[in-house]
Amino acid sequence: MSTRSPAPVLGAALAVLRKDLLAEWRTRIAVNALFLFAFAVLVLVGYAVGPTRLAPEDRPTVNAVLLWIVIFFSAMTGLARVFVKEEEAGTASALRLAAPPAAVLLGKYLVNVVLLFAVTAFIVPLFLVLTSFEIACPPLLVALLVLGGLGLAGASTFTAALVSKAAAKGALFAVLSIPLLLPPLVAAVSGTQVAARESSFAAGLDFVRVLVAYDGVVTTAAFLLFDAVWRE
Amino acid sequence: MGWWDTGVMIPAVKSFGLAAKWFLGLGMAVICWGAFLYARPAQSFVGESSRIVFFHVPQAWVSTVAFFVSAWYSAMYLWRRRIEDDDAASAAARLGFLFCLLATVTGSIFARVMWNSYWNWDPRETSIVLLLLVYGAYLGLRGALEDPERRATLSAAYALVAVVTVPFLTFAVPRMYQSLHPDTVINAQGKIKMSSDIRLVFFSSMVAFMGLFFWMWSLDRRVSRIVREASA
Repeated sequence: MSTRSPAPVLGAALAVLRKDLLAEWRTRIAVNALFLFAFAVLVLVGYAVGPTRLAPEDRPTVNAVLLWIVIFFSAMTGLARVFVKEEEAGTASALRLAAPPAAVLLGKYLVNVVLLFAVTAFIVPLFLVLTSFEIACPPLLVALLVLGGLGLAGASTFTAALVSKAAAKGALFAVLSIPLLLPPLVAAVSGTQVAARESSFAAGLDFVRVLVAYDGVVTTAAFLLFDAVWRE
Repeated sequence: MGWWDTGVMIPAVKSFGLAAKWFLGLGMAVICWGAFLYARPAQSFVGESSRIVFFHVPQAWVSTVAFFVSAWYSAMYLWRRRIEDDDAASAAARLGFLFCLLATVTGSIFARVMWNSYWNWDPRETSIVLLLLVYGAYLGLRGALEDPERRATLSAAYALVAVVTVPFLTFAVPRMYQSLHPDTVINAQGKIKMSSDIRLVFFSSMVAFMGLFFWMWSLDRRVSRIVREASA
């Protein structure tokens, strides 16, 4: 199965993506969890911090952290679904027969990228408005959100595959993901603070570099190790 | 397969083990004496605080080595599928967690004496917390999996993903910030900045702590093996 040429793998991955997005559209379990959680936390943060509570010089530091906390924990509420639902519904074995492991991981990864980018596109504008968080260099913020999102989706898709086989899935998902995601989150938060203060993209280039390297390393490791996890 | 798999312990090996154990015990006692009575306090450190280097640095070193030992045996398990490799990986992780905890506590005490604050998110403090979190997550994952083979496979996969992400926070991100942590062994000049008496006790202590780790590690592996054989 795994010795096929790359094109069928890509085709199978896109089929997994289509199937999952269609199933998600019909039930909306992950979407509801992600968006409702994100909205509830935004309301709480917006109400507690608001546009004027923080001194202008404190805003980049505090708001950058709060923004990534909202994104990270929203991801933690919904991204485990991709594998957990296959184990719960008993459809994992059928999927194992129907598609090569690399295609399953790639498809699930793309599903999580789509979900995470959708919820990020919902969170960020609302967050900026609710807290009057001004960004001096918007392209840097966008780069950090895209690269940070890819890293978040990559590591959490892999941990989702792990926890789908374990007891206490929900609690374990966050516990396993946090250590893997701490490095990119630290880089993303620090980069966002720079994006709020400095108008030049070059000022935050170091953080962009860390994220690019992390995304490459973590997705490669996930693809190499997924075979063992998926066959178990 | 080695002598430990034959079921009978060769007398020569047994007496060597006994001698090594005594040597280690006496060595540790001599190092404790040397640390407090022989070595003089280092310059530019507050009072006697430099003496912590004889315990704190070997602990941090052991916890890092244990992390790589655990990753190595995780890879070997995925390669050979021998459950003894999983025993070795999990034993190293348990000990690594213990030594990491000790290094964190001793480091925090030193920080209080030296910088008047138990914790200030120095890059080194951040990276050791990440290591603690990874160890905790790994042991948490093991606890949530019942079946021994599934537990071995999934925790090995997690350990290997963790081993590629941890360097981002221990090597990439700290380089981007200033650290207050003293350079003792690892520094940009590649020099050991120690007087000869401190150096003697320090390197003896490094060797003794490594010996302690390998002794405890072999005990833990033998216990795992006996427990498995007794329950089979």
